[in-house]
Amino acid sequence: MSPEAIIIGSGPGGSTAAEVLTRAGWSVVIMEKGRNHLLDPDDLTRPAGDYSNDEIKFVSRYFLGPDPLVEPRAFRRSADEGEHTHVGEVNSIPTTVGGGGTHADGKVPRFREEDFGLFSAYGPQEGAAVGDWPLDYDELEPYYAEVERAIGVSGRAGANPFAAWRSGPYPMPPGAPMYGAVLSSAAAEKVGLHPYEAPTAANSIAYDGRPACNNCGFCAFFGCPIHAKGDPVALLTKTMATGRAELMAETYVSRIVTDGRRATGVEFVDRNGDTHVRKAELVVVAGGAIETPRLLLLSGLDHPALGKYLMVHFQTIVVGHFPTMRLHPQKGRSVTHVHDDAMVQDDRTRQAAVGAGLPWFRGGLVEHSGGGHPIMEALHSPWGREHARVMREANLRERMWAFIMQGEDLPYATNTVDLSPSIRDARGFPVARVTYNPGHHELAASKYHGKILQTVLEEMGADWVIHTSSPGVSYHGLGTTPIPESRHVMGTVRMGDNPETSVVDRWGRVHALDNVVVADSSVFVTSSGYGPTLTLVALAARAAHHLAGTTPGTPSGD
Amino acid sequence: MPVWLSDQEYATLRAACAQMLPSGEGTPGAEEAGVADYIDGFLGAFVFDPPRIWAGGPSSGRHGGVHGFATFVPLPPLDELAWRMRIEGSQGRPEREFNGPVVGLQERYREGLAALGSDFTEADGHEQRRRLRDDEAFCELLWGHCCEGMYGAPEYGGNRDTVGWEYIDFEGDVQPRGYTDAEVSQP
Repeated sequence: MSPEAIIIGSGPGGSTAAEVLTRAGWSVVIMEKGRNHLLDPDDLTRPAGDYSNDEIKFVSRYFLGPDPLVEPRAFRRSADEGEHTHVGEVNSIPTTVGGGGTHADGKVPRFREEDFGLFSAYGPQEGAAVGDWPLDYDELEPYYAEVERAIGVSGRAGANPFAAWRSGPYPMPPGAPMYGAVLSSAAAEKVGLHPYEAPTAANSIAYDGRPACNNCGFCAFFGCPIHAKGDPVALLTKTMATGRAELMAETYVSRIVTDGRRATGVEFVDRNGDTHVRKAELVVVAGGAIETPRLLLLSGLDHPALGKYLMVHFQTIVVGHFPTMRLHPQKGRSVTHVHDDAMVQDDRTRQAAVGAGLPWFRGGLVEHSGGGHPIMEALHSPWGREHARVMREANLRERMWAFIMQGEDLPYATNTVDLSPSIRDARGFPVARVTYNPGHHELAASKYHGKILQTVLEEMGADWVIHTSSPGVSYHGLGTTPIPESRHVMGTVRMGDNPETSVVDRWGRVHALDNVVVADSSVFVTSSGYGPTLTLVALAARAAHHLAGTTPGTPSGD
Repeated sequence: MPVWLSDQEYATLRAACAQMLPSGEGTPGAEEAGVADYIDGFLGAFVFDPPRIWAGGPSSGRHGGVHGFATFVPLPPLDELAWRMRIEGSQGRPEREFNGPVVGLQERYREGLAALGSDFTEADGHEQRRRLRDDEAFCELLWGHCCEGMYGAPEYGGNRDTVGWEYIDFEGDVQPRGYTDAEVSQP
């Protein structure tokens, strides 16, 4: 029997759409090209036990995928560089059941009111397609509230003076603050900033049948062995429990099959390499801002904005060294404190922007975080006789503290995802080519806010501080790889009311295809400086409720 | 008995690893951690079934819980292709050369170890380090694997008896015990 909907991608967006639609009584098939290590293969309503505190498996050996040998991407900074300058790993978000939700450390801030109306609030920027979203914060708020309850978010309402309004408290209180973050928060307050407990989709108490986080420290870039991170395991287990969903892992959708203005189904390649077609009344695409435009391009969709306006978050990284302290960032959930000040305009920021020749600029959310794991530290240490001493001192793991600012990227038509003319994946399909270079706005905001962050680390007692970024840029001479480390990818399938300038409408529906809906961060009009997950999940919930004719909090169809 | 390397290659590898991670009094190095065994086991990952690529979960048993790491995760077809390409190289097979030939780790090690010289184990430390530095690409490859073999989970064949972690006061895979809130928040 044909399902009512085929959902492509099982990450936070696809899982949310699946949960809302099945709750409303729909039957769905979820097709995921990666492996399933999230749900117990013998009982898909329960989590699996494959995740672990294992640096080799998760960091060195692509356990969450994609493996760049068989699913590479191509990269260049601009068309001037030729076809590409790099082939391999480019902005890889996990390719696995659960998608990017599996490796994230679960910081899930909401956007603020002005993020949905950047053009109206701030005005244009030369060379960038700054726009307003076709919806506002008030319209999205009930969906934010619903998905915060569904995935389980810990946080403290009122802790962030700049936060948007909320209709209720967080479902859980904040978890244990990390020692280093306690110190960096105190220093930030002295400098006049406003740090607060990061809204986090990791349980601080037992919640919804899953245990409280036990602070193992293998959080960012690792799957949670005890499933204290709720996104998206909570959504998928609920979806499977309705009995109306089928999960097809290792199922690679190669094309959406269309007939004029409608999709009739999808063509997919199974784990053995055989090609099939499956029909559906509706297709939901949730592959992320790189794979979604790739699939739409492979499906023959033609639109001048498709693949354009790729945004990542330009990362400003400021690291301080504290030789006499042991900050033990390996204990805890990677990041427990953040601040929003770089997202808020004041007179000094406005003057700095004008001084840089810009009408305005915005930074992003600043994460307070530390070190890494031993293999990572060892790779940055010398070999030979000095090695053991350097490792025992544990400068990188224990004696450094960092700020990472996830700076807002403006949407530039020259930052794109398209199909590589020559590079193929192992199944024979053209891979995505990313063309990305930060603009003057990103660099100017990074330089300005990086200096403030440097002051905070000095206040905290650092004996030295370095200021770098990802992608690397020439003014600091460090971290020179041009490929952005950011896993926050947005844009490329822009949302809007005008079918000429946007690919999807305000509900995520492709203007040119009546029954294809995009449910991921590729629909973002602007990138804000907040992690995209909660906003893309809220948008996916909104789109699915719209399809099903239900409202947030609607009980099960049974 | 090495898993994949010849006895001579294995002896050269051991000596090279011992230069990168030397042992000292009270200081475990590559010898104590079995780093050469880690690398040899990786090169021979497909000698085992399931291949020794991904240890299982959710815990190792070192801090309570099941001994899940000891059971390796099976590789589906696409991942077997990827890991055979990475380890064995493309070997002229069309299904591995969709983006051109791939030189595998086995070949890189075989050539890199041969280039260190058949008398490498007899050379003095200074000479061994000089030869290692001479081949920058191989040196970098070897160093990456040395770090994994010294500080990765013991189930992969290195970090024997967690000597690597103990020396640097790292408690390793702490699930399901974890850390208390006080351990997180206090100095």
